[in-house]
Amino acid sequence: MNATSAAAGLTAPHTNGHVNGSVVDVELKALYYGQFKAVRDTALSIKKNTVTAFIGPSGCGKSTVLRSINRMNDLIRGFRFEGQIRFRGKDIYGKTVDPVAVRRHIGMVFQQPNPFAMSIHKNVAFGLRLNGYSGNLADKVEQALRGAALWDEVKDKLKASGLALSGGQQQRLCIARAIATEPEVLLMDEPCSALDPIATLKIEELMQELKKKFTIAIVTHNLAQAKRVADTTAFLYVDTTQGGRTGYLVEYGSTKQIFDSPREKHTQDYIAGAFS
Amino acid sequence: MSDHLKREDSDKAAPRQPAEAGLGHVMGVAGGLPAAEPISITAALQRLPQDLESGPFPDLEKRLRSPRTMLSAILSVTTGAMAVLAMVPLFSVLGMLIYRGGQRLSLALFTELPPAARMPGGGIGNALVGTLLMVGIASLLAVPIGILAAVYLVEFGPDTKTAGAVRFAVKVLSGMPSVLAGLFAYAAVVLVTGQYSALAGGVALAILMLPTVLLTAEQAIKMVPQRMREAAIGMGATQAQVVCKVVLPTAMPGILTGVMLAVARAAGETAPLLFTAMFSDYWLTRNPMEPTASLAVLIFDFSASPFANQIEIAWSASLVLVMLVLLANVAAQLWTARSAKM
Repeated sequence: MNATSAAAGLTAPHTNGHVNGSVVDVELKALYYGQFKAVRDTALSIKKNTVTAFIGPSGCGKSTVLRSINRMNDLIRGFRFEGQIRFRGKDIYGKTVDPVAVRRHIGMVFQQPNPFAMSIHKNVAFGLRLNGYSGNLADKVEQALRGAALWDEVKDKLKASGLALSGGQQQRLCIARAIATEPEVLLMDEPCSALDPIATLKIEELMQELKKKFTIAIVTHNLAQAKRVADTTAFLYVDTTQGGRTGYLVEYGSTKQIFDSPREKHTQDYIAGAFS
Repeated sequence: MSDHLKREDSDKAAPRQPAEAGLGHVMGVAGGLPAAEPISITAALQRLPQDLESGPFPDLEKRLRSPRTMLSAILSVTTGAMAVLAMVPLFSVLGMLIYRGGQRLSLALFTELPPAARMPGGGIGNALVGTLLMVGIASLLAVPIGILAAVYLVEFGPDTKTAGAVRFAVKVLSGMPSVLAGLFAYAAVVLVTGQYSALAGGVALAILMLPTVLLTAEQAIKMVPQRMREAAIGMGATQAQVVCKVVLPTAMPGILTGVMLAVARAAGETAPLLFTAMFSDYWLTRNPMEPTASLAVLIFDFSASPFANQIEIAWSASLVLVMLVLLANVAAQLWTARSAKM
């Protein structure tokens, strides 16, 4: 963290507005792509050392919400955000905030495994090098690979290309790469959708380990997965009544409550329908 | 990426109001909401003809004489023959060069100056050095400009007017006769400095190299998967870091192929050197502002010579030039293969 904090624009942690241990507070009023209103009225708090799942039908904006937590949507032309997303109390959409610095504290694992076309070692060391880490790279790389439950499989071929690994291994490599810089929050956008069931299981087990150290938010289409891994669950749905197709948060609560006794009709229907 | 697609989908769907209900309907089913009236697949299937097995057994035999099979056979033979035919020019030229030029291949060929009329012996030493020097100067100019311009075209301003203008200009440039590149360098360098020089030759060759370098680099950079860029950005890389640490290293094999193609072309060009570098019968001095010999111009001069010795030298020079280009290509291939394994 030493080099990371120095490199970041977000210097001293802001503790004001720090609601009972939450690391990320989303208060999204509206999110636009050009004229299109993609998401509205979504507010939730993600607590430290938990896994939060975002579920809902396709097009409900769950990935969009996730990606606005580390400002990945800034890359899309016409993106506009109304509201706040607070990282440890500080609004990351504030005018003075550098999105690059935000992303160094809030890491991301994508739907498709996306290792770089370089060796396994270099893949993991990538973020450390970005931050100008000057300590023992080999140690850090080993630590990250162990953290991603990949070390035993790759320790003898760290010089081999990251692209030569299997899909599941590639995804764990991406997780190793993301956790190497020790971000506080790890966003995972359907991390298992391109993987087979065994690889999926490994990632799910891994998440239970990772949450001891990091705070995780995951988007998943797989309700069973949300039920297995998440402590809290957010259900988003698409509102077609106002002409467009705008996603919004319907219900947010503990995973047990959402699955066992959903309060909203939409949630009930979604959960029941997907299981029957 | 998926977000992007979804968004486009929704954008397209938004104005079509009538379709909207249908889409929402399907969404409802996918999302597990009770559908108002189920789409009856069974009913649709029942309209298909019943009991397909009762008809006559379909014809599954292979027939060699059927037009379909014949056409396919003719096509595969023709394309194969043409593929072989395409190699004939290269190998016949190569064979001829080895036969005619190989005779004079010796150390003296590389270390001695070109022979004057009626003189025996001699070599192509100064021309070889001159070609290497001018291709070097040209690469020094064209490679950085070409790669950086390609980075702009893909990473920074793909949809800008500048990018459109650059693409158009470069495509025109790539079809431009090489004599014109020579003329430009003549006007821009020779007339300004007042003499034929290696620098002028290098500039002329750089103009010819630029389109190849730029266009292949642009393609190579475009081929870098978007998700690698996203990965880097997601880790907090700046755009400059994304370009330098992810995009360029990943695209490097493709970029290098383009550079080698351009070098190969530049090394063989004669016309643009005739009135920029001219020729010299002497070794290169330290001063690049003097007329400079090159293999291409030597071949051009000596091949029209009435003297047997000079003609022989021209053959050998051709062989050396081809070998040089071949060597550069093989080196690039090996380098690419090695970096692909990394």
